[in-house]
Amino acid sequence: MESIVQIQVATMWTLEVPPFLPFFIGALIAAVTRGTLRGAIMVAIPVVSALHLWMVPEGVHLQFAFFDYQLTPYRVDKLSLMFGYVFHIAAFIAIIYSLHVRDTIQQVAALMYAGSGLGAVFAGDLLTLFVFWEFLAFTSVFLIWARRTRRSYQAGMRYLIIQVLSGVILLIGALFYAAENGTLEFGFIGLTGIAGWLIFIAFGIKCAFPFAHNWLTDAYPEATVTGTVILSAFTTKVAVYSLARAYPGTELLVYIGAAMTCFPIFFAVIENDLRRVLAYSLINQVGFMVVGVGIGTALAINGAVSHAFNDVIFKGLLFMTMGAVLHMTGRMNGSDLGGLYKTMPKTTVLCIVGAASISAFPLFSGFVSKSMVMSAALENGYDWIWLMLLFASAGVFHHAGIKIPYFAFFAHDSGLRVSDPPNNMLLAMLIAAVLCIGIGVYPAALYSLLPYDTGYNPYDATHVLAQTQLLFFSALAFVWLNLKGMYPPELHSTNLDVEWFYRRLFPVAIQSLFATTWKLDGALRRAFVTRLHQCLHYLSGIYHVPTGLLTSARPAGSMAMWVAIFLAGYLFLSFIY
Amino acid sequence: MENEKQYFFDKPNNVKRVLYVLYGCCVLLFALDFVIHRHVLHSWESLWGFYPVYGFVGCVILVLVAKWMRTFLMRSEDYYDEGEADLNGKHSADSGGHDVDA
Repeated sequence: MESIVQIQVATMWTLEVPPFLPFFIGALIAAVTRGTLRGAIMVAIPVVSALHLWMVPEGVHLQFAFFDYQLTPYRVDKLSLMFGYVFHIAAFIAIIYSLHVRDTIQQVAALMYAGSGLGAVFAGDLLTLFVFWEFLAFTSVFLIWARRTRRSYQAGMRYLIIQVLSGVILLIGALFYAAENGTLEFGFIGLTGIAGWLIFIAFGIKCAFPFAHNWLTDAYPEATVTGTVILSAFTTKVAVYSLARAYPGTELLVYIGAAMTCFPIFFAVIENDLRRVLAYSLINQVGFMVVGVGIGTALAINGAVSHAFNDVIFKGLLFMTMGAVLHMTGRMNGSDLGGLYKTMPKTTVLCIVGAASISAFPLFSGFVSKSMVMSAALENGYDWIWLMLLFASAGVFHHAGIKIPYFAFFAHDSGLRVSDPPNNMLLAMLIAAVLCIGIGVYPAALYSLLPYDTGYNPYDATHVLAQTQLLFFSALAFVWLNLKGMYPPELHSTNLDVEWFYRRLFPVAIQSLFATTWKLDGALRRAFVTRLHQCLHYLSGIYHVPTGLLTSARPAGSMAMWVAIFLAGYLFLSFIY
Repeated sequence: MENEKQYFFDKPNNVKRVLYVLYGCCVLLFALDFVIHRHVLHSWESLWGFYPVYGFVGCVILVLVAKWMRTFLMRSEDYYDEGEADLNGKHSADSGGHDVDA
């Protein structure tokens, strides 16, 4: 009897432990431990925290009053649970992948970053969300800086400025929201009023909306081998979650999302840095989720959420395989790689699994989630959007499904003969690959966790045939273009994107503005000094003569006169006193 | 490395075999269009060969447009490094962008 009471007390107490707390505590411990102990603690944290989360029922578990407002740092429902689960999986895989790293900054930052992502998705009010929003920025930037190159330092700086800007806009939006509605609760917001738009923009920046997307393709490829894997999982997915929470059914999102699926694939085709190709394809995948949120029906939201779930895993897998290539060869440009299948067979196979998943081949995870968004688009009459999504599906297969494995592991023989990466990296990739196939083969497990029950079945003949036809003929197009020599070769290059405005135009404009200002200022000063000299010269011409006011040669007569004046003064004073 | 091991794709015949398998799959999938009855949501879907043609043409257009985009988007690899080095009064020689962490 007593033990039952104890268990109840224990569960009641542990219920109030929000999932970010184990990660933050783990980060503290990781900061003061070393070697195997640190590794064991880091692996244990996501496992223990996930087991705990598995037992937590839905509801509000932590709430307190803050001035006039009710703050809810820990709220659990089906939507946040989905992201909570996948963040644990992502953290677990990424930690195993980085077990060989001996860099305290990276390991502490990784745990803090994962914890911040969890804090954000379980935040029940806008103020808590803002706090974790900024935590995400400040912890993740160290994963970029940990590369310790000048390039990564500058990319990290730009990343941090944009992320913090997003947070500041969110805070202002939250304050407006509190003023408009008298509450800070984080629920449906919608595009009404200043608050609605400000929060929408803040989410949009983190979600890599078109024109606000460049921080992602700029910074992620500059992070460390393991850092990019962790980065790819959290920030954009927190933004997708926030959009799904606050703006489901907002039609504007359908168009924004469709644009996000289409424009990055053009950049991905001509990009040489393979991790940057994956960064562009990350925007493309997030686009599918944004379209799903924008349509807003049960099927579409399910599609968006499950695609986010799958994307974390297969995009992580792809970043891990490319990280393995970078780790072993020290190179990441398609033009410098090729032929690695000969000595990295395991990485090659794992990469192909990731590529098949992101391309949504039947029996791989992407298929069971992306098709929900596509079906929802058609069902709700978004014909043109559906055509764009279909084009983007073919395109993602083209650049992420074929280009990534082809240029890294096949194509021309680069002569590099490196072995497969360390076992911990292989194990992490294997876990991700097994999940990709497992979810693809048995989607019911994933579907049972989704917010809505739609009875959707991806494996009917129509869907399977259509998707397979689309993909095989995309592959045929790749082969045909290659055989005809029309495929653009991988070249050492930089492709201009929106970042050009703030990395080139803006600095140059500021520089020339200052240069012009200094020049003008100098000219004005010189003109003034010249004019002053002229005036002095003129005055001296009048007064600087022997009898003038400014003469240096005083006549003896005036000396005698002044002495007489002083003596008269003394005489006058002696009369007074 | 003169007597280096021959790998699978070192033999042109193997490459050809893989391609033939791909061609075979494409023909088969195209043919299935005439056999399998689809439950279509949109009238275009019921056109014969809609998905194959869309996939093929879409990808060709994608690649050709991307190639054309290179004519005005492509710059040298250290395009930003030069500019940013100037701004910071540093040389771009120490960029070291391809370092790997431990």
